[in-house]
Amino acid sequence: MKRVVITGLGIVAPNGVGIQQFQKALQKGESGVSYFPELKELNFSCCIGAKPNISEEKKKDYFTDLELRNFNSSGILYGVIAGMEALSNAGLQPASKEESPLWDLGVIFGTGTSGVEKFREAIYKLDDKQVRRLGSTTVAQTMASGISAYLGGKIGAANQVTTNSSACATGTEAVLMGYQHLAAGKAKQMLCGSCSDDGPYVWGGFDAMKVTTFKHNEDPERGSRPMSASASGFVPGAGAGALLLETLESARERGATIYAEILGGHVNNGGQRNGGSMTAPNSEAVQRCIKEALREAGVSADEIDYINGHLTATAKDTVEIENWSKALKRSGVDFPYVNSLKSMIGHGLAASGSMEVVAALLQMHQGFIAPNLNCEDLHPDIVSVIDESRIPREPLYTELKTIAKASFGFGDVNACVIFRKN
Amino acid sequence: MTSEEIYSQLKDIIKIYLPEDVSVSEINSNSHLINELNINSSHLIDVVLDVEDAFDITIKDEELEAMDTVSSAIDVIQTKINHK
Repeated sequence: MKRVVITGLGIVAPNGVGIQQFQKALQKGESGVSYFPELKELNFSCCIGAKPNISEEKKKDYFTDLELRNFNSSGILYGVIAGMEALSNAGLQPASKEESPLWDLGVIFGTGTSGVEKFREAIYKLDDKQVRRLGSTTVAQTMASGISAYLGGKIGAANQVTTNSSACATGTEAVLMGYQHLAAGKAKQMLCGSCSDDGPYVWGGFDAMKVTTFKHNEDPERGSRPMSASASGFVPGAGAGALLLETLESARERGATIYAEILGGHVNNGGQRNGGSMTAPNSEAVQRCIKEALREAGVSADEIDYINGHLTATAKDTVEIENWSKALKRSGVDFPYVNSLKSMIGHGLAASGSMEVVAALLQMHQGFIAPNLNCEDLHPDIVSVIDESRIPREPLYTELKTIAKASFGFGDVNACVIFRKN
Repeated sequence: MTSEEIYSQLKDIIKIYLPEDVSVSEINSNSHLINELNINSSHLIDVVLDVEDAFDITIKDEELEAMDTVSSAIDVIQTKINHK
């Protein structure tokens, strides 16, 4: 088994595009949630959301004018910008046009669904009997693997280039898939991450399920309230997170900056049994996933300094904290520090896991814990399990050595990764 | 419309699809769109859609094959315009 480290990060988040801006936002606790009149216009209950702000100039830094013609896939836009940032942050260059492609670099970049706006555009044309006018890029923009294909082409990646999809666990799962591929010696570098489209056509289904909050249309920045007694549903978001995973060997050879080592992790499923369903977690499976991740990482539960939770701001937050507590056999003041990025940027759906892993690694690398926003009224069922001091509401500067990140999603999927600062 | 006028409009359409290493000055009436101008074959579809919009004509599937060079494309467009 090869040891695997992370040498590059990239992010397109609603509260910060690019590592520098995002890190500042984390330290200050800046919200990326805002009100969208178009959602109100469409009769949404939840008219707030979180989407990254990308200028036209920024687009041109990453896409040619030709690529931008008839381009209408926000997930691919975010994923490409984050992915290319991670590559350059790691000190790597795309293969030049004349040279061979990069045989030892692969891409595992997940998404929930691709190019929803483009697909809508295509459906309108098609129903108008204009199928011949769809143009040449409808397929590339709407195929699930569009994002890995765009990135693969820009980079010249010639190892495995694929897209995974496991609902809200997608990004965390992508990291673990890349880790396994590298540990098995099948590549030297893997660009891993995930992205999600924004907008009504992605968010609508959640609005219909009433799992998003309808109570904060007047005060959007207060809307995303993980771990709060007054949490009333999540705030839908979008964006992309990207990580350049590399064998320790290769990173050392290149003299690359190492953010962290991936010690191990686990992916499982609750089988939609024993409390688990399409939308709810089987707690036994969640606990097994965390315990198995620790076992595979060779880390004991008391070594975990910090947990980057899934914690979406629904009634399930209390269950999640209870599951962590049971899996780690730690509670009260002995519980690790915990925070949820979702209090700042809502729930980025398929993009959430990778944006949160990037956030977790930046916090460990810089030695701080970002504040949990909007949980001045902690849920009593959470405070009865863990001490309030473990849920920082202000930025907290402290050394973090070993951390855990987990994501859970529809379909009863679970993923947990353990990282260590070298 | 003269074939010079068609040529100049067509050139404006084609230049959008040229790869980075081919310059507009390389377009001439004998240029082969794929083999010489290196236009990605999938983009020929987009060239045709732009041509349809610019000249207000419809190009049938079987006519596509005849549009492999700049001059043959001009011929197809000219014929279409004359039959409008």
